[in-house]
Amino acid sequence: MGETLVTSAIDGLLIGVIYGLAAMGLTLIFGVMDVINLAHGPIIALGMFGVYLLFTFLGLNPFIALAIVAVAGLLLGFVIYFIAVNRVIDAPPLSSLLSTFSVNMMIIGVGTAVLSTSAYNVDYSLGTVQLGFFRVPGTRLTASLVALLVTLLLYLFLYRTRPGKYIRAVANNRMSAELMGIPSTRILALAFGIGTMLATISGGLIATILPINILAGGSFELKSFVIVVLGGLGNPLGAMIGGLILGLIEGVVPVFMKTTWVPVIEYVLFVLILLVRPQGIMGAKE
Amino acid sequence: MSRKSFFILSMLLVLALAVAACGGAQPQQPAPESQPTKAETKAEEPAAPASTEQDVTIGFTASQTGKYNVSSTRQTTGLQQWIDDVNAAGGIKLDDGTIVKFKAVSYDDESNKDRVQELYTRLATEDDADFLISPYSSGLTAAAAVIAEQYGKPMITTGAASDATYKQGYTQVFQAYTPASRYLTGALDQLAAVDPSAKKVAIVYENSKFSTGVAEAAKTYAEDNGFEVVLFEGYDPDTKDFNAFINKIEAASPDAILGGGHFQDGSTFARQLFEKGVAVKDIALLVAPPEPTFAELGDAAVGVIGPSQWEPAAKYTEEAAKEAGLPWYGISSADFTKTYQDAHDGEDPSYHVAGGYAAGLLLQKAIEDAGSTDPAKVKEAMDAIDMLTFFGHLKFDTSEEAHGLQIGHDMILIQWQRDDDGNLVKQVIWPTEGATAEPLYPIH
Repeated sequence: MGETLVTSAIDGLLIGVIYGLAAMGLTLIFGVMDVINLAHGPIIALGMFGVYLLFTFLGLNPFIALAIVAVAGLLLGFVIYFIAVNRVIDAPPLSSLLSTFSVNMMIIGVGTAVLSTSAYNVDYSLGTVQLGFFRVPGTRLTASLVALLVTLLLYLFLYRTRPGKYIRAVANNRMSAELMGIPSTRILALAFGIGTMLATISGGLIATILPINILAGGSFELKSFVIVVLGGLGNPLGAMIGGLILGLIEGVVPVFMKTTWVPVIEYVLFVLILLVRPQGIMGAKE
Repeated sequence: MSRKSFFILSMLLVLALAVAACGGAQPQQPAPESQPTKAETKAEEPAAPASTEQDVTIGFTASQTGKYNVSSTRQTTGLQQWIDDVNAAGGIKLDDGTIVKFKAVSYDDESNKDRVQELYTRLATEDDADFLISPYSSGLTAAAAVIAEQYGKPMITTGAASDATYKQGYTQVFQAYTPASRYLTGALDQLAAVDPSAKKVAIVYENSKFSTGVAEAAKTYAEDNGFEVVLFEGYDPDTKDFNAFINKIEAASPDAILGGGHFQDGSTFARQLFEKGVAVKDIALLVAPPEPTFAELGDAAVGVIGPSQWEPAAKYTEEAAKEAGLPWYGISSADFTKTYQDAHDGEDPSYHVAGGYAAGLLLQKAIEDAGSTDPAKVKEAMDAIDMLTFFGHLKFDTSEEAHGLQIGHDMILIQWQRDDDGNLVKQVIWPTEGATAEPLYPIH
């Protein structure tokens, strides 16, 4: 029992890091510009397919392909920002919801037409890693380590670099930031780009460990919402912690009860947090 | 807008997304894919004088998209192969001289139950299909069966093994497959034969109509035969990450893992069992292993056993029919396999293809015996069928409680093994009289 519990907990945390990474993308965008990005799921799916296509057709190592996917994700974010978000940034929230939802529909529509909704696998293995009694597939461990690394880089970027500080300044108070001479539109685009990049990276990592299809981003988008509320809206660190909590629930709950209870517990927790502590565990951005 | 209303809004959104995820997109009404067959070209050749030709429409849906895509496409291919064969042979000649030829009308059901009901209604009314063939999977077929019964259109089901559909008092629905209740019992018999000391089994199955039926029947059978079921649990059909399950299985330390569901979850489950390095002696999964594409799993496929409705190596021949005292009907296994291979770069047909073809054969035989295409007469002829085909023995339950349930057909067990050159090959290991190789046991 003890061993199973430890194994399940570690497994949960390993996948939780990746959930957290996806949620950080969503929460960063919300925190900076009060936009709920409804295209988050399909963007995760694009990240999955980016890695899949580079691996399958160019034979790239998936973790190297991930770097290309990350850059593409950043650029995609700029494109989506200027086409769909910039114009509605000061409009009532419904406008940005609708416009990001349109992007969502477009990606899903084109993706379904080109790739169908069938499943694909990134057929890549790093063997099985044995640490004492704990065994984990090599790709899963690597994916989690990469997610941690990306989280660390994001933190350094936000707190140690000038553009990162600009992003935080704009998140805090856009008008004051503009008065200090910070080019807010460019910073908003950068923040959106980074949010999108995080989503594509998490998608790419998921592709190395689980089967993918064009609709697969949807379930991670839902998880991201739960995590974001759990950790506090607009708080990237909170999102990572929320991700770990969600992963832990998914890992440990099945030890004690039927696995079908996991989503029930997750969503009950979601509603409870909204009712009891709507600022999330770590507090919202203010 | 206040922060609070943002929270409420986001909650609503999550709800909306969840609903959308369950319902799936609802695309436009598709145009029917009428598949022009060789018959239509042949029909222009001078026919025998005084014979009239009758086109019979066969309606069905196929999962061209969605999770049943792989198996469903194969099933449709098999059915189409039969249509081509029967039309190329000049159709069916009835006693009154009428020549019956077949054409198919089909739609994409997107592996979605709601679409199935909508589309079968359309097939029965607007397209006026004479006979129906089921979609792939028990869940979709259950939805289609309601419509077939409602409109009095005989439907042959294939790729649909769940017993429940045939216990609803329907009279128009006929099953080509061995029912779910007998799906995994052979795997337990085989395990007992190869290792009488293996007693602990974990049954982990997809929460779908078919797999639940199989798992429950397997559990009862296991307990009646001295096995200990150490884990019995279902997983969500959309499960992609089996890690939590695998940890649970390891904690129960079974000798054998039985279960699975359909192709995608089954192959993912097998892959993750292997990646995690689970030490188990025997793995028998539903549906996925007999698929030729299962070999793409590589090392993860080695040793995995799967019950199969049919295999190219299965020994159902005219001689076997004589021995069993059954009438033989239709083409030989070799001919069927060769036609398929010629059209598919030498790939072996899976049992889904054979099932599709067998559905056609059943219809052909019933129309021949009835001497008519009248649905009521065909239904009567169907009830009386008792024959051996390349697909195996076919006979229906005609009792009121389980009308249409398949009672003639039996399962085969296959196992993926490495041959001398290290290639992955599918071997028949059960029943022993039809075996092509010794079982690989234990796997680890």
